[in-house]
Amino acid sequence: MSDVDTIATPRSLAQKIIARAAGRPVLPGEIVTCRVDLAMSHDSSGPRRVAPMLAELGAKVWDPSRYVIITDHYLPAADDESRNILKITRDWVKSAGIEHFYDGQGICHVVLPERGHIRPGMMIVGGDSHASTGGAFGSYMFGVGATEMLGVLVTGEIWLKVPETLLFEWHGRFAEGVCAKDVMLFLCGRFGLDGGQYQALEFGGSAVRALSMQERMTLANMSVELGGQVGLVAPDEITQAYLRQAGVEVDGAEMARWQSDQGAPLAAHHRYAAADLVPQVAAPHSPANAAPAADYGGQAIDVAYLGACTGAKLDDLRMAAQVLAGRRIAAGVTLMVAPASRRDQERAEAEGIMTVLADAGAQFLANACGACAGYGQYRFGDGVRVMASTARNFKGRMGSAASRIWLGSPYSVAAAACAGEIVDPREFISTSMAAFPPTPFPRKGVTAVQPLTRHPNDDSLPPRGGPSEAA
Amino acid sequence: MTTRVWKFGDNLDTDAMAPGQYMKSPIEELARHCLESVRPEFAAAVRAGDVVVAGKNLGAGSSREQAPQALKALGVSALVAVSYAGLFYRNALNLGLAALVCAEAGSIVDGEPVVVDIRAGSISLPAQGRTLACEPMPGFLLEMVMAGGLLAHLQQRLAAQGKERR
Repeated sequence: MSDVDTIATPRSLAQKIIARAAGRPVLPGEIVTCRVDLAMSHDSSGPRRVAPMLAELGAKVWDPSRYVIITDHYLPAADDESRNILKITRDWVKSAGIEHFYDGQGICHVVLPERGHIRPGMMIVGGDSHASTGGAFGSYMFGVGATEMLGVLVTGEIWLKVPETLLFEWHGRFAEGVCAKDVMLFLCGRFGLDGGQYQALEFGGSAVRALSMQERMTLANMSVELGGQVGLVAPDEITQAYLRQAGVEVDGAEMARWQSDQGAPLAAHHRYAAADLVPQVAAPHSPANAAPAADYGGQAIDVAYLGACTGAKLDDLRMAAQVLAGRRIAAGVTLMVAPASRRDQERAEAEGIMTVLADAGAQFLANACGACAGYGQYRFGDGVRVMASTARNFKGRMGSAASRIWLGSPYSVAAAACAGEIVDPREFISTSMAAFPPTPFPRKGVTAVQPLTRHPNDDSLPPRGGPSEAA
Repeated sequence: MTTRVWKFGDNLDTDAMAPGQYMKSPIEELARHCLESVRPEFAAAVRAGDVVVAGKNLGAGSSREQAPQALKALGVSALVAVSYAGLFYRNALNLGLAALVCAEAGSIVDGEPVVVDIRAGSISLPAQGRTLACEPMPGFLLEMVMAGGLLAHLQQRLAAQGKERR
């Protein structure tokens, strides 16, 4: 196939980003070497792991201005081993001349875009599985292990198998009390943890376009739970506005460049009516155990946990506040809140959200990974039942193998905290709390409550079947 | 040497292979807790050369490469699965632990003897009297695994560049 033919062929967003990074047109299935625009590591996968290997090789970081280090896993340091890991991180950042180091500023996946490091079209690797979060900005960002990161740091390059694209379109409007987290739990339940086949997932449709940037980050974040390599949302005015706030200017031409073409090749194309989605909860021990929240109604909980890059960003805290305003958590329930970044917490304070959460009875944790990663002092004991806004609930991840974690949206976690048991959160959302709109668009009136048993209509096209029906 | 099979199901996750609370510990200590939430006897009973066989999506979850590293530290010589989580697959190969894709992995029996030929991509099962074929691994990945992983591969690359400069 000639270059001219290739260029004339409609291409996916994933193809376009990889083509730029590889310096030539690419087709799904090809193995290519890409130039990396940006790399990020946290305290667990970063310097403590890569510095000894760099020393063994006698190599230096290819471009210290392109390697961002963020501490989040071992904060606050619970013991000497954690303190030592943080010391290694801080010392190495100085000696290696790392220009961008965020210490105690929040969870890496939230801090990286917040501080203006991501822009559409970039090829980015992160030393953490939830690095897929960056795909929300139309960048090709994915997680790698520490040795793979070493390869990037030495060469500035990484190999990729050009993925197929699986397109998930959500049309119309999500009901009040339904959010991105419900979308991803629903998809995990529908397609399983390997549904993404390590390909590129792309999210679109009018309901996705109406989501705030942080809600889109939740879609991209949990794309790894769905088994995708990346979870992409093409940039638009909402992306542009978020990035401007972070000090990054993206013009119309740049945004137009980073879109999938009409008729781009798709391995699968799923279309849903957003209004049909009901709040989802995933039972222990897999995000794939998702079902309508009401199906798990009445399941008693001990702890409600609002945390992680998945579920404690500013928009997530706003959702929780919509439920918790004017309420108290149930007797015997502990509500733990670990705002995902310092900046998000400051904004939540300015909006009165932190007061709402505190008045409801919340306890606050540091702006870090907290109990989600299970690395620090917050670990749940035998038999403890937790409702969490985090991304994964594998056996033993957040503590004892005999603890049990249910996953849900911030609405669902807050509602469970009030009820002392899992409930459909929609009955808890106060219509007077429009002061905390979770989306950039004001909602008009109250959306009619959907029947609890109704599932979104999956209007799937057969894999690789026929022409694209994107129009 | 006859090695034996440790058989697991679908979606075996990296939190189980490298539990979070031991992630701050040296790999030898972490490895003692590898898979303890799923199969408590595994770390103590696995022998050098043994093979981990699994169903779909082996290594779901985290990017922590301590997951394949722990298996390797315990002496596991190869992984065989119907499919892998992409991140785990890359990590295993980067650490020099062969990861073979075998559609028929489900027919391998827990505890049975097995001989894996990584280069040929074949799994022979003497007790069943048959040999299973695996998907061929891309050549550059096979070479990296045989060299011992990405670190060794980079050492060779940098050495070659050094010679060119001289």
